[in-house]
Amino acid sequence: MVFVSIMTLFALGLTASIILAVASRVFFVREDPRVAAVLEALPGANCGGCGFAGCEGYASAVVNDPDIPANKCCAGGAGTSVAVGELTGKTVAEAEPLYALRRCDKLAGQVGPRYEYQGMPSCAAASLMRGGTDSCAFSCLGYGDCVQSCPFDAMQVVDGVVRVDVGKCTGCGTCVSVCPRGVLELTPLRARVAVYCNTREKLRAVTDVCKVGCVKCMKCVKNCPAKAVSLEDNRIVIDQMLCLSYGTECHEACVASCARKIFRYTRQVTQLEAFDPENAENFTLPQPPQATAQDASRP
Amino acid sequence: MDILAIFISAIFVNNIVLAQYLGNCPYLGCSKEKGVALGMGGAVIFVIIVATLCTWLIQKHVLEPLALGYLQTIVFIVVIAALVQFVEMFLKKAMPPLYLALGIFLPLITTNCAVMGVTILVQREGYGLFESVVWGLAYGLGFTLALLLMAGIRERLDTCRLPKAMAGTPLALIMAGLMSLAFMGFKGMGH
Repeated sequence: MVFVSIMTLFALGLTASIILAVASRVFFVREDPRVAAVLEALPGANCGGCGFAGCEGYASAVVNDPDIPANKCCAGGAGTSVAVGELTGKTVAEAEPLYALRRCDKLAGQVGPRYEYQGMPSCAAASLMRGGTDSCAFSCLGYGDCVQSCPFDAMQVVDGVVRVDVGKCTGCGTCVSVCPRGVLELTPLRARVAVYCNTREKLRAVTDVCKVGCVKCMKCVKNCPAKAVSLEDNRIVIDQMLCLSYGTECHEACVASCARKIFRYTRQVTQLEAFDPENAENFTLPQPPQATAQDASRP
Repeated sequence: MDILAIFISAIFVNNIVLAQYLGNCPYLGCSKEKGVALGMGGAVIFVIIVATLCTWLIQKHVLEPLALGYLQTIVFIVVIAALVQFVEMFLKKAMPPLYLALGIFLPLITTNCAVMGVTILVQREGYGLFESVVWGLAYGLGFTLALLLMAGIRERLDTCRLPKAMAGTPLALIMAGLMSLAFMGFKGMGH
């Protein structure tokens, strides 16, 4: 009895397989082998940073559409762009390598909590009620939604704020879209200066909650000879490409003019200046500001 | 049974999606545009007809003579899976735009309750071969009708301002419920 059922199913399966095998020959569709080759060259992270639905989407788009550039994959970096360029016959212009910058220094600013929060340990949840769990409505909340979303493991929460490992960050932008506060911003690796504050408040409203927040005094905007600094959506925005193309002639007048010391040199620059090749063994990275007692009581 | 009665029953009274709650996945997934809905409906009609034919013959000539009625579920699934693979290969060769439009939903017809449900339903009711195929065609048409109605509504919703939390799937599910309620009005008609 069992034998009969086994044989029946076996025979059925065999018949179906033979029919399908024949059909796959009859209905054979010639696919562009370049798509498969480009897919091989891509890192396969499916991060969506290129703007397409996964690596498969970008591979077929870059092969079939002559307008799509070959350097859209930020995760793969320059090597991938060159490989894709060779496979598709498109010249590759150098893409500016980017990384995610956290525009918040609430530790140095000693921003206190707005209320005691007992809820989901998620930034999306914590930001929902009354401007979030910090006194500043634009700060980094530190529950790590971005950490979980990063496909390259480049982020971690340290002392209640997120810390980006610039070496691992590929600038894919996933964390930027996940952050409910808009604290993360894609910045060129070459950037010399940055504003480490995300608040849209001004003057007294800022100084009441944060010791280092940007008060919108506009001195940086006035002092920049390249006109690269402007106020957009009540936040100071730097046109990094303009700043970098202007060069170092200005001696970073913006940083010098900032009374709150929130318009600063980026960490890359400060680390480079601090590095002494003679004393390489004793070199340590600059430490972030230490947590205060208020942060120690954070759940 | 009267052919007209079969069609009225399968399309309106016992609509496979709205009254019998089978085949929700392609219903919600392929009903954003009328063109895609029509294509999906056509593919499902074709698969249902051929599946009903094959499974009826296999049930009559293989499973029943060997008293293997208990293998019905497995055997039917194997047959339907092979059929859908066949349809997929055919579409990829003959109608690439439709193949790309249907995307992931074509292999999903394989495990679609609507197709499997129809093949088992006609066995349960004990219809003859020709009658089963007609029932299959009618159920397929009912599926297509439900898809088209949903697609028509969703196309118009594209231009409306919707609350962000409701847009997309939540609204589609609510609409499906309302349409089912409307189709309940046909209950008890005809038999």
